[in-house]
Amino acid sequence: MSPELGHFALALAFCVSLVQAAAPFASGGGAERRLGIARAGARVQFLLVALSYAALTHAFVTHDFSVAYVASNSNLELPLFYRISAVWGAHEGSMLLWVLILAGWSCAVSASGAPLPAHFQARVLGLLGALSAGFHLFLLWTSNPFERLLPAALNGRDLNPLLQDPGMAFHPPMLYLGYVGLAVPFCFACAALLDGRLDAKWTRWTRPWTTMSWTFLTAGIALGSWWAYNELGWGGWWFWDPVENASFIPWLVATALLHSLAVSEHRAAFKSWTVLLAIFGFSASLLGAFLVRSGVLVSVHAFATDPQRGVYILAFLGVVVGGALTLYAARAGRIRDGGAFEYLSRETLLLVNNVLLVVVAAAITLGTLYPLAYQALGWGTLSIGPPWFNLMFAPFMLLLALLAGIGPHTRWRSDTLGPLARRLRPAAVATLLLGLLVLFLLSARTLGVGLALLIAAWVAASTLQNFRQRLRAGSRMALHRLPRGFLGMTLAHLGVAAFIVGATLTSAVSTERDVRLAPGESHEVAGYRFEFLDVHEVPGPNYEARRALIDVRRNGERVALLAPEKRVYRSDGQAMTEAAVDAGVTRDLYVALGEPLGGGAWALRIHHKPFVRWIWGGAALMALGGILAVTDRRYRRRRRAERRTPAGEAAPALR
Amino acid sequence: MQRRRQRMLFAGVILTGVAAAAALAVRGLGENMLFFFSPSQVAAGEVPAGQSVRVGGLVVRGSVVRDSGLEVRFALSDGAESVLVRYEGILPDLFREGQGIVARGRLLTGGEFAAEEVLAKHDENYMPPEVAEALEIAREGGQIPAADAGP
Repeated sequence: MSPELGHFALALAFCVSLVQAAAPFASGGGAERRLGIARAGARVQFLLVALSYAALTHAFVTHDFSVAYVASNSNLELPLFYRISAVWGAHEGSMLLWVLILAGWSCAVSASGAPLPAHFQARVLGLLGALSAGFHLFLLWTSNPFERLLPAALNGRDLNPLLQDPGMAFHPPMLYLGYVGLAVPFCFACAALLDGRLDAKWTRWTRPWTTMSWTFLTAGIALGSWWAYNELGWGGWWFWDPVENASFIPWLVATALLHSLAVSEHRAAFKSWTVLLAIFGFSASLLGAFLVRSGVLVSVHAFATDPQRGVYILAFLGVVVGGALTLYAARAGRIRDGGAFEYLSRETLLLVNNVLLVVVAAAITLGTLYPLAYQALGWGTLSIGPPWFNLMFAPFMLLLALLAGIGPHTRWRSDTLGPLARRLRPAAVATLLLGLLVLFLLSARTLGVGLALLIAAWVAASTLQNFRQRLRAGSRMALHRLPRGFLGMTLAHLGVAAFIVGATLTSAVSTERDVRLAPGESHEVAGYRFEFLDVHEVPGPNYEARRALIDVRRNGERVALLAPEKRVYRSDGQAMTEAAVDAGVTRDLYVALGEPLGGGAWALRIHHKPFVRWIWGGAALMALGGILAVTDRRYRRRRRAERRTPAGEAAPALR
Repeated sequence: MQRRRQRMLFAGVILTGVAAAAALAVRGLGENMLFFFSPSQVAAGEVPAGQSVRVGGLVVRGSVVRDSGLEVRFALSDGAESVLVRYEGILPDLFREGQGIVARGRLLTGGEFAAEEVLAKHDENYMPPEVAEALEIAREGGQIPAADAGP
């Protein structure tokens, strides 16, 4: 399979995406026929991009160093696993993955029969096709991954050693599935605006797609954080790095959209707001792509600079977001919001949820873009430190968590304070008891830490209480009869509680020490004695490593034998720190090798991080909740009912 | 609830949220802004005393000195001037003589820079843009725009 074939397939895919984009909006022919063309376009396009992607993977696997991209991101010694993941290791290939995923989502949309009018489905596919066309053009024009290198290199420059880690191998595909998945609700929103009507069917159909993208985003961000913890050698899990923010802003907006869709589905309220959020969600994804790929950012993950790329994405961003917002301004007035509600109701709480999430997303956007604007205006160079982001994030999110404990207990439309308070009393009592116990055990002194832990306990207690009530409400209902959407929410909210516990305790009571140790010497951190045994050389597949052995004991008993490494990659002599972690439910012990200090002594970084696993555990619970919610019976039942109705019947009736 | 009152609720909640965020943002932004200076600007005395700032340049070859513990000293240069940096702790993997790095910390009264964090980009051929720009300006011998000058 030659690279030219891959390049050709990509060019063909661009042409097909143009047809897919144009057909639904062409005049003439029935709606069914236009839908047929758009569907076929989505599928053919996916096959072509997949072929192109396979060609690039093949070039990596077979060490085809006549392809410039392979030559700069692979090496004869690179293990097969990392040669496959190296395809998305740099700009061009990761953009190809992005396009592949977008084509995949379009294909999935075309395959799922929806109870929506044919012309509407066709338009959704057409808009997805237009987005694809934009990205194809970007690839072919500015970032061709198949460009030849003549004469071919004898050996490749190797994949950046930082990316040679399982966490990093899976992090980008997950993240892209989420980023690009937000294009589906975006296109739904735009198609609905073009139609000028928005009914319950629209929301019910958009919701699982949003949940799916949100799930992937959650998993992708968590994987990235886990990778940074293991691989960067600092033991940190979040840095408010601009590129991290670029992935976090869409997540915040998607979370808001998830909750706002719930109101739109159940109560037909907030509809125009939901549409706006769907537009913002994908816009945030695009903004992230611009920040990462234009070279305006200094960051661990920013790709190499090429002004042409930045200009293209900025223009594309302008057209897509500007177009969508113009459409919104012109048509949003036609959307009728139904479902009036009282001040005390679940709607109000979800409204506050949305405001909090959007405000935090806006603040983080401001903090990320402000230094760029400052520099662009020629005022100098500055950056904004993590304390500012923490200040903008923590108070709002704690307030949000507090409300997350109340919201699910509140009735739709109208509730009364007395009964609501009575319903919440058991959870409140449990929180106080649990909170006091935790505070006593951990002797946490600062007000903020205590408050955060109390709120985490509150979310957990009230979520579990709600779960128990639902279980009891239908006495004949077993666990598996409860709606999966509800179970998903329960898991996700428990995940929020776990995340708060992890994030709070890790940042408040961690111990971090940089020490100098010679063989035989030891150092005590948080009751654990770390003894430096020795350092020996260990050959790796494409690197030489010096591995230290550190004996960790508590009260004289061995807890773990840690073996952190310092690797030097043969291809370019780059040094890499491979931290050793003894993971546990209540604490991690983390050791990283610094540098040799002479006389056999080494600089060592030793961390004791309580409850750090809870951060990723919480994210995993949220993602699991998302998966459960997507598989809710009501989405499947609807599809079965749809299959029973003849396809042609529903369309004209709804027009 | 009537449509009108519902809208008022919408507007009220959003305004409150935005106002709270804006108040917090503005209050905190000033304290958390980190300005970037080149060694020439440091030498010209442009760095405000006691304030946390970032300084970037190339690590001068042969200037890295370690003491018996974890303290390390090195000089950062932009070709025209250099500044002495003091740091205690573990340096990043890509810290090397001749490499472009950025240090965050405070300028001491003696003219030495006490770094709390040293950043090196994880890429061999990479130069932090601020450093590249500072080097370029120093090379041309031109005026270096003050970080806080207006547009």
